[in-house]
Amino acid sequence: MSRITLYVSRDAAAQSVGANEVAAAIAAEAARRGLDINLIRNGTRGLLWLEPLVEVVTSEGRVAYGPVSADEVAELFDAGFTHGKPHARSLGPVEQMPYFKDQERLTFARVGITDPRSIQDYVDHEGYRGLEAALALEPGAIVAAVTDSGLRGRGGAAFPAGIKWKTVLGTQAAQKYIVCNADEGDSGTFSDRMLMEGDPFVLIEGMTIAGIATGATKGFIYLRWEYPDAKVALDAAIAAAEQAGYLGANILGSGKRFTLEVRLGGGAYICGEETSLLESLEGKRGQVRFKPPLPAIEGLFGQPTVINNVITLASVPIILDRGAEYYRNFGVGRSRGTLPIQLTGNIKHGGLIERAFGVTLRQLLYDYGGGSLSGRPIRAVQVGGPLGAYLPESQFDTPLDYEAFTKIGAMLGHGGIVVFDDTVDMAAQARYAMEFCAIESCGKCTPCRIGSTRGVEVIDRLIAGEDAAKQELVLRDLCNTMTYGSLCALGGLTPYPVISALNHFPEDFANHTAARATG
Amino acid sequence: MAKKSAVRLIPVKVEPASSLTSAQKSVVLEVCARLKSLAGPLIPILHGIQSALGHVPKDAVPLIASELNLSRAEVHGVVSFYHFFRSERPGRHVVHICRAEACQSVGAVALEAHAKKSLGIDFHQTTPDGAVSLEPVYCLGNCALGPSIMIDDRLQGRVSPGRFDELMARAKVPS
Repeated sequence: MSRITLYVSRDAAAQSVGANEVAAAIAAEAARRGLDINLIRNGTRGLLWLEPLVEVVTSEGRVAYGPVSADEVAELFDAGFTHGKPHARSLGPVEQMPYFKDQERLTFARVGITDPRSIQDYVDHEGYRGLEAALALEPGAIVAAVTDSGLRGRGGAAFPAGIKWKTVLGTQAAQKYIVCNADEGDSGTFSDRMLMEGDPFVLIEGMTIAGIATGATKGFIYLRWEYPDAKVALDAAIAAAEQAGYLGANILGSGKRFTLEVRLGGGAYICGEETSLLESLEGKRGQVRFKPPLPAIEGLFGQPTVINNVITLASVPIILDRGAEYYRNFGVGRSRGTLPIQLTGNIKHGGLIERAFGVTLRQLLYDYGGGSLSGRPIRAVQVGGPLGAYLPESQFDTPLDYEAFTKIGAMLGHGGIVVFDDTVDMAAQARYAMEFCAIESCGKCTPCRIGSTRGVEVIDRLIAGEDAAKQELVLRDLCNTMTYGSLCALGGLTPYPVISALNHFPEDFANHTAARATG
Repeated sequence: MAKKSAVRLIPVKVEPASSLTSAQKSVVLEVCARLKSLAGPLIPILHGIQSALGHVPKDAVPLIASELNLSRAEVHGVVSFYHFFRSERPGRHVVHICRAEACQSVGAVALEAHAKKSLGIDFHQTTPDGAVSLEPVYCLGNCALGPSIMIDDRLQGRVSPGRFDELMARAKVPS
C-alpha cells in the first residue's frame, strides 16, 4: 500500500485552535490502524476560520478537511479521508475554494504549500531563483529592478523600496547592514508572522538579494518576542541556508558574503518605528531618532542601513525571478503589485487574502469575509493598525490603494482590517487609541508623551458630558498638535482613530452618558 | 612639585556587591560571557537572563553593567523601557492577555475582566499560590481567531471565559 501524505499546519494561529492535537491524533490513529503516513507540518493556507485544516494528497491533488477537531480524527479515518473520500468536514481542493481561487499569491506563493523546514521543498517550488538572477546582475541593476517594480514599503509608510536601496548602494562605508523589521505590532496584522513561519526562506532570500544589491554583508531580523514560533522557524531556516551555501562567506560560489542573525524585541510597540528599532538593536532604549540623517546614510551603528518590513523584503525574490514588469503589472495607480490583506476581528471568514491593490473594502468584508462573526451588522472597520482611521459603512467602497486611503483621511498601513459590529462603542475605541499611545510612547517628544495622557482625560470629560462642546474643541486642538508636533508616526497618527471616530460616529460621544444610564 | 608619592590611588570596586544567590550570579556571568561579543549585546543578554531565571533581578543590573562596561543607569534604563523584562520573579506560568483592537471586537474586554476576577489578581500580579502571573499584551498576531492569550510561549485562540477557566485549570496542575 502506498504511503499517504497529509498536511496539518504548524502555524501558531492553527496551533492556537488545536492543530497540534489534531496532528497527534492523526499520527496515533494511523499507527493504531497500521497505516504508513507522511505527516507534514506546513504553513497555513490563510483560511484561518477553517483551522485546524487537514489536507490529504490524493490522485486528484490535495483535498482539504476543516475545521477538524482531534476527537473527529477517528471518524475521518473511518470515512476514508486518507483517500479523499467525503465527510462532513470536506472542503475539496483549497485552490478551488472561492476564498482562495481569486487570490493573487505572489509573496505568499508557497505559504501553506511547502514544508517550511525543508530547503529542498523551497528550491523545488521556484525558491532561490531570484537570488540566482540577482547574482548574474550588477548591484545597480538589482536596485533598478526593485525600483522599476514599484514596490513600496509594506510596513505601512509605503516609501519606495528602490530609493532606500539606491541610497545605501551609493553611500561608501566599510560595513553596511540589512535590517528586517519583523516587529509586527499592529493589531489586525499577522502577515509577517504567517510568512516567517510558513516560508522563512523567502525572507532570507530577499534579504540576501538586498545585501548583494547594496554591498551589505550583515543582516538582522528584529523579531518581536510575541512570535516564538517564528523565531524557531527562522533559526532553523538560517541554519539550513548556511548549510546549503545560500548564506555565509561565499554565496553559491559567487564570492559574495552575507550572514543573518535573528534578534528578539522586548515588547515595545514603538520599536516597529525604524529608528527606534535601530536603537533597540544597538542595545538601547527604543527611542526615536531625529531624521535626518536617514538610516540609509547613518543607520545601525552609524552605518548605511537598508531597513524594510518582512513583506517588502519577501516580495523581492519574485521581482528578481519574474522581472520588475511582471510585478508592476499588478495593482492600480501608484500602488503596484500585491498586498497581503489580513481580515480580522469580528469577521466570519477571517484570514489572509493576497490580492493586487484595488480591491474594495466591501468586497473583502462581504465577498471574502462573509459579514461579521456575530451575525450583526458591521458598523466600523479600522484599517492599518492602532494608528489607522475608523471607517463607517459609507466608506466601504474605497479601493485598497495608498492614495485612495490618504484621500479619505485614512491609511492602509500594513494591510490589516479589524471589523467591529454594531455593539462597538466608538468613544471607548477613541479613548483606547489615546491610552495605547500613552502606554507605548517612547517619551522623547512632548506632543506624544504628554498629549496622549491629556487626550485620555479630555475624552473622559467629553463622554461624561462636562462642557462637551468645549472638550471637543480641546480634543481637536490637541490632535492637531500631536499630528504636526510629534517626531514619529505614533504621536503623529494616533489622532487618526480618534478624529475619525469623532467625525463618523459623533452619536457615541454625545449620547454616551445617556446611553449608559438607560442601557 | 616632583614628589612622586603625591599619586593617590582611588580604590575601584572590581565587582559590584549584590544579593544575588550564587546560582543567579553564575547565570548572569555565564550569559554575559556568552553573548557580550555580539554587536549590541545588551538586549540578547537580558533575554538570556530572563529565560534562565524567569526575570532580571534588580541586583543583576550592576553586574551586567560592569560586565559590559556600561553605567547602571544605562542598563536600568533599558530593562525598564521594555515591557517584556520583569524585575520580580513570575509565577510558574505567565499568561499574557491581548488587549488590542482585533481581540476587543470579539470580547477581549470581557475576557480581561473575567480573568482578573477568576484569578483574583490584576495585571502585573501573581496569584497567591504562585501559579499564574497575569500580563497585558498588545497583539499576539492571532487577530482572525481572537480573543487570544499566550500561556508561557503557547498561543491560544478563540478564548471564551469558559475556555480560559479550562486552560487555567490545566496550567495550575503541577507538571
